[in-house]
Amino acid sequence: MKNFFRISFLIALFFGFQFNSNAAEKIEYLKTDWSFKGPFGKFDRAALQRGYQVYQEVCSSCHSMKYLSYRNLVEEGGPEFSVEQAKAIAASFEVKDGPNADGEMFMRPGRLSDKFVKPYENEKAAQAANGGAYPPDMTVLVKARGGGVDYIYSLLQGYEDPPAGVTLDDGVYYNKFMYGNRIKMSNQLSDGLVEYSDGTNASVEQMAKDVTTFLMWTAEPHLETRHKMGFKAIVYLIILTVLVYFSMKRIWSRIETKV
Amino acid sequence: MSGHEYTPKSKVGKWFNDRLPLLTLANHLTDYPTPKNLNYWWTFGGILTFCLITQIVTGLVLAMHYIAHADMAFQSVEHIMRDVNYGWLIRYIHANGASMFFLAVYIHIFRSLFYGSYKSPREIIWIIGIIIYLLMMAAAFLGYVLPWGQMSFWGATVITNLFSAIPLVGEGIVTWLWGGYSVDNPTLTRFFTLHYLIPFLILGLVVLHIWALHVPGNNNPIGIDIKKPSKDTVPFHPYIVIKDGFALLMFMIVFAFFVFYTPNILGHADNYIEANPLITPAHIVPEWYLLPFYAILRSVPDKLLGVIAMLSAILILAALPWLDTSKIRSAVFRPLYKQFYWILVADVLILGYVGAMPAEGLYLLIARIATAYYFLHFLVVLPVLGFKERTTPVPLSITEPILGGSPNLATVKKKDSFKDQ
Repeated sequence: MKNFFRISFLIALFFGFQFNSNAAEKIEYLKTDWSFKGPFGKFDRAALQRGYQVYQEVCSSCHSMKYLSYRNLVEEGGPEFSVEQAKAIAASFEVKDGPNADGEMFMRPGRLSDKFVKPYENEKAAQAANGGAYPPDMTVLVKARGGGVDYIYSLLQGYEDPPAGVTLDDGVYYNKFMYGNRIKMSNQLSDGLVEYSDGTNASVEQMAKDVTTFLMWTAEPHLETRHKMGFKAIVYLIILTVLVYFSMKRIWSRIETKV
Repeated sequence: MSGHEYTPKSKVGKWFNDRLPLLTLANHLTDYPTPKNLNYWWTFGGILTFCLITQIVTGLVLAMHYIAHADMAFQSVEHIMRDVNYGWLIRYIHANGASMFFLAVYIHIFRSLFYGSYKSPREIIWIIGIIIYLLMMAAAFLGYVLPWGQMSFWGATVITNLFSAIPLVGEGIVTWLWGGYSVDNPTLTRFFTLHYLIPFLILGLVVLHIWALHVPGNNNPIGIDIKKPSKDTVPFHPYIVIKDGFALLMFMIVFAFFVFYTPNILGHADNYIEANPLITPAHIVPEWYLLPFYAILRSVPDKLLGVIAMLSAILILAALPWLDTSKIRSAVFRPLYKQFYWILVADVLILGYVGAMPAEGLYLLIARIATAYYFLHFLVVLPVLGFKERTTPVPLSITEPILGGSPNLATVKKKDSFKDQ
């Protein structure tokens, strides 16, 4: 048994190193309580709806959300807008469809089955409009950044005046959480920027938290199902393991050797 | 196999068995005499079989939804994660399953190293195992390319470029592997094909691995030859089946924890960025299970020699049965080897750690020392130790506490469960 612990310790140490090395540069991100963390974590429905509003009113003018459809807004475990609300949201966008019987492409109001409308036709157009920087697609953004939600949450609040001696080019901004501190996105959030329909005070912190929660959902739409199923699966496995343990003891009691 | 007489009771069974002796095989597998003192480190063979089958089954389902095309692969993975029923579950099991597979195989290999399971008469089992391990690494690497994220693309570029180190024909080989002049769609489609093929090769080799095992039978913690069947053995069913089952369930709990609660922790964030040939990630790192070899590769300043060192680090294991000159199998009776064994374990872990770090400064120095020690262990320490080491007395059987020479009850008692470590 002692040996078992020794090896477990070595393995733990090894993985500990790995996790450390993943966050190569140690930056202390801003901390907040995420409702979706932990084995029983769930999304805060209201935060998701507010987060969608922030995405829609602020981020979506530059950042696409290409793997998400309007129908996803209705689905269980997400913002859970009502079907009517989601239909209205979809219909507020113009979607290119076609070709029709005459072979023409045409514009029509969006439907639930449509993917989120992109702000730019293509990557080049996005770069041209943003000083050469491509605003990344946001669907899986939190999973594509080392610091995850904490990183995005901090970045949105990390804008500062550059310290003395740091000169920035035109269209480059200083952000203390950005790798290399230089970022091509200007500060987007300011207090009261959006007007929340549920009356929540739209402070920068609140908006950053809401939109990050929304991005966590877009990256992991089945997170709640996963957590629930994980709990059931592990409880089931533990019970089965205990039963099998006693069966094993029973079987091995037929001979003198211990198991 | 062992050639003992078995006749099915029913007439139909006998008729069938005379034509295809499947029932004889089943009987052999059930009755297979197994040393009764096997500890839990021996349960990883069964666990590995489970891992292989899990990977094959989840992989089949994923292949039904995945699209092997440079423009669609990343998107199709997101489609699996979002729109395929329980697609996220299947994919997370498959992705974490690879890590679990390697975790189990490393324990399995190091168990073998500790108890000398590679020694005569088990050399063939061991060599087949090394081939399986090589194929596993190939399958894991190919599979990591399929989601077509940044790490997929750049990992594929780095690893395939290793072949360019071969003098004269290297560049040609790399172009041939890529199916073009860079990693692109033809590379992805062939990687997918090979990724689909390799698990079945592994499955075939696993059958040979087990077949070869069933000829001499299992080694055991005290590493002595035992009479089979005898007081020292138990039939595989139910004794070992239930014990392997119990261990497998424990393993599955850990597995489930990763799948359901930290499914992305063993992967790299950059792989959620779609592959972009124009942007190189800041650090290109392989998956954790390949890091020790990556460290060895980078610790040699010359590219060709680095590749040779990396390959030798794996292939040297195949020569292990002849490099280890000691007649005693189990480290339990080899006080010096036991020390060197743990140094090797630490050495490999250190290599894994520096493999994840940038190859510069102190990290590079540590990588070089650890690489040198790795080879020193196999090429110098093991051969010399066999002649120099004074081993402690070995018991004559598992059940009877009779030692070859001086009966020492205290030592024997410890042998039972690997406790003296």
